Amino acid sequence: MSSWKEVVALDDIPVLGSRVYRTDDQEIAVFRTRDDSVFAIHNLCPHKGGMLSEGIVYDHKVTCPLHNWVISLEDGEAQGADEGSTACFETKVESGKVYINL
Amino acid sequence: MKKIVLIGNGMAGVRTLEELFKITEEKFDITVFGSEPYGNYNRIMLSPVLAGEKTIDEIMINDLDWYKDNDITLHTDSTITSINRSSKTVIDDKGNSYGYDKLLIATGSNPFILPIEGHDLDGVIGFRDIADVDQMIDAAKNHKNAIVIGGGLLGLEAANGLMKQGMNVTVVHLLADLMEMQLDSTASQMLLTSLRERGMSFKLEAQTQKLIADDSGRVKQIEFSDESAMDADLVVMAVGIRPNFILAQESGIHCERGIVVDDTMLTFDPSIYAVGECIQHRGLCYGLVAPLFEQAKVCANHLAEYGIGMYEGSVTSTKLKVTGIDLFSAGNFKGTENSEDLVFQDVARGVYKKIVIENDIIIGSVMYGDTIDGSWYFQLMKDENNIADMRDRLLFGQAHVGDSGHGPLDMVAAMDDSAEICGCNGVCKGDIVSAINEKNLFTLEDVRAHTKASSSCGSCTGLVEQLIATTLGGEYSESPKKKPICGCTENTKQEVHDFIFKNDFDTVFEVFAKMDWENADGCHVCRPEVNYYLLAANPDYEDDAQSRFINERSHGNIQKDGTYSVVPRMWGGVTTPLELRTIADVVDKFNIPTMKVTGGQRIDLFGVTKEDLPKVWKDLGAGGLVSGHAYGKSLRTVKTCAGDTWCRFGTKDSMGMGVTLEKMTWGSWMPHKFKLAVSGCPRNCAEATIKDFGLVAVQSGWELHVGGNGGIKVRVTDLLTRVESDEEAIEYVGAYCQLYREDALYLERTAPWIDRVGLSFVTEQLVDDEANRKALHARFLVSQLKTQNDPWKERAEGAQNHQFEVITQ
Repeated sequence: MSSWKEVVALDDIPVLGSRVYRTDDQEIAVFRTRDDSVFAIHNLCPHKGGMLSEGIVYDHKVTCPLHNWVISLEDGEAQGADEGSTACFETKVESGKVYINL
Repeated sequence: MKKIVLIGNGMAGVRTLEELFKITEEKFDITVFGSEPYGNYNRIMLSPVLAGEKTIDEIMINDLDWYKDNDITLHTDSTITSINRSSKTVIDDKGNSYGYDKLLIATGSNPFILPIEGHDLDGVIGFRDIADVDQMIDAAKNHKNAIVIGGGLLGLEAANGLMKQGMNVTVVHLLADLMEMQLDSTASQMLLTSLRERGMSFKLEAQTQKLIADDSGRVKQIEFSDESAMDADLVVMAVGIRPNFILAQESGIHCERGIVVDDTMLTFDPSIYAVGECIQHRGLCYGLVAPLFEQAKVCANHLAEYGIGMYEGSVTSTKLKVTGIDLFSAGNFKGTENSEDLVFQDVARGVYKKIVIENDIIIGSVMYGDTIDGSWYFQLMKDENNIADMRDRLLFGQAHVGDSGHGPLDMVAAMDDSAEICGCNGVCKGDIVSAINEKNLFTLEDVRAHTKASSSCGSCTGLVEQLIATTLGGEYSESPKKKPICGCTENTKQEVHDFIFKNDFDTVFEVFAKMDWENADGCHVCRPEVNYYLLAANPDYEDDAQSRFINERSHGNIQKDGTYSVVPRMWGGVTTPLELRTIADVVDKFNIPTMKVTGGQRIDLFGVTKEDLPKVWKDLGAGGLVSGHAYGKSLRTVKTCAGDTWCRFGTKDSMGMGVTLEKMTWGSWMPHKFKLAVSGCPRNCAEATIKDFGLVAVQSGWELHVGGNGGIKVRVTDLLTRVESDEEAIEYVGAYCQLYREDALYLERTAPWIDRVGLSFVTEQLVDDEANRKALHARFLVSQLKTQNDPWKERAEGAQNHQFEVITQ
């Protein structure tokens, strides 16, 4: 069952930056890339649990601040020789508002 | 789909395909032809196979499944006999023809067979492929006497292998010195002695005249030009290789000593590329493995039609793959008219080192017995570093050039598999060796990606390179000539640095576009670096927060649980009851779990959540405390001793000087962290001689010390100069900071920077040229105007709020 939540205005996420959205049981990092795409992934690096929201964003990827694992924002998969993945959530932008499908 | 045909299923050609898959998602219709019945194997490892130290399976780089997985059609046992360039087809030895859009020729080289009588007898072979090795192993089972013609690298490796297989081996060499292409006479004689001790025999200065057959047509004797003769059941000719370019030549492609290619690996036919040992580039043919990898990278770039790679030739180094013999040579080790030699020789220990220098730059080196510093000398040579300042210590190796605290590198081969190589990531020798073998890794970058070894602090890089070299053996050369910043670009740190300082840019993205970055956004490696250069080159540059590592974006140090540490500045390490009360109150109010006194004379508060940071900063600010920048590539601390205010030995006011210097320098962004210290007398209680800049008071004024480091590698400072007045000392600090900011590469501490550019460069810029010193100091003060706003105060007042506010349901 889909359940879309309005989270934040697109303009309130910096380009190549993120915002943190906290629910009762988890933290979700919401990213905005340079092409104005929006991605939402579980704020937990599959390696050692680093906060991905704090990473440097490029293309559709983020680099974890703790040990430089690169995670794809599109499918949550670790890139390169690293193996692991983190959960992703569907997003959409309507009238300047970002929604996440929880 | 574009059709690519590869002729030659060897290391260079297949590596090009691998590089191609790495850089593009585009699909190609690829067909590969190889004369041998195997996948792609590591030809440089044939010697260990012959010596019984490895098996064929262990040296396979790409097995047949790899071709299937990548949708490559592989024709093994299949030789291309002609190329029809007008119809763009190739024809194989069965008469089938295949079309191509792009053709890649990687036909390698052939062993040179001396055209003497009897060269075509049974039992006379080269040493080039698995079939040769099989034949040698077979011969060893039924025959006794082996002759290897050629005392070069390949010949000696073959001789060693045959000896290991139980044969009596004699090496026949035209000259008196073995490996004369790689060694000077001294090293060569040491090698000869050591090989003789192992049981190898030699006939030197001997020219082979003919080979004589027995009744069955197999070789039985070798005869020399002096008409002496020896028994021989097996003759291995290892007198050199010749680029194999007949196919290309017959199809009318321009060839000289090899297939002539330009800097993009293109032949004279615009649809045909060539890589590897079959080519001639800028007049040179290469017979080693490292250049192939550099060529493969460039060629792949052009096959993918990106059009930006350039091959500018390779500098190569050599090691002999004979277990237990350490020798290394690189560059022009015989010297020129204008060169000088530095020589170290210890006969009893069997150690010999020679470094050839021209105009204070290393142009070549030979080492025997102790090769630990081979890769270091090689790097200095490739980087063309000026070695004038370390000339007196150079021969003793890297460990003696101003640093200590790291174990010697030579132990790596003898180390146990469980020995930890990378202390940051906990990677053992065994992990690295098995990754290299199982995943067929060749470069430092590969090993970093797969094992993480040397990917954090980098202090074990030398060990890891050494380990790759000993695992892969011989012809492997550690690092490419040019190290790009990261995978986004071909440009080196220095090239990017210089380009930014010479031009005018407003954003990192303009730089990426102008310098042909493959990736418009850059990545976590290059973006902070480019952002820093822009900032250092232009005081008006608008800093880009999203191009900074999290610590510099949130002005705290991120910890492993996602909380931050907060370090307020204590000017010169001097504090007050108000400051201490303020800190104590903040710790109580926000339940901060740990307080720690730092080595830089201030107090670190650990475990602050990101949401609390602005509130913590607000309270600290109310007590007069500002950011200590303990999280930044910036001025960190100014450590002081008590000085003449209290100390009975003090000669000057070191606390006062420390506070003045910290007030001048705080807030500045640097290539890496930067620490100062001021000692009030030569007892040096503030440990000024292991700081980036240290001042030591003497009766007559200040001694100014530069380039110290107490971290990964301890480096004691060099004495820059002595000055009389406080004003001069302050000017030197400002000028030195600015010179470092403008000249050093990002993430280069002052210690390696000075090792690289030389103390004399710093002396010329600061001591010898007063006008330049004043100008640098003035530029430093201008850059400080914009940065001396407390970032904590700004954020406590609401700047960058989005970073610290969590959105909740």
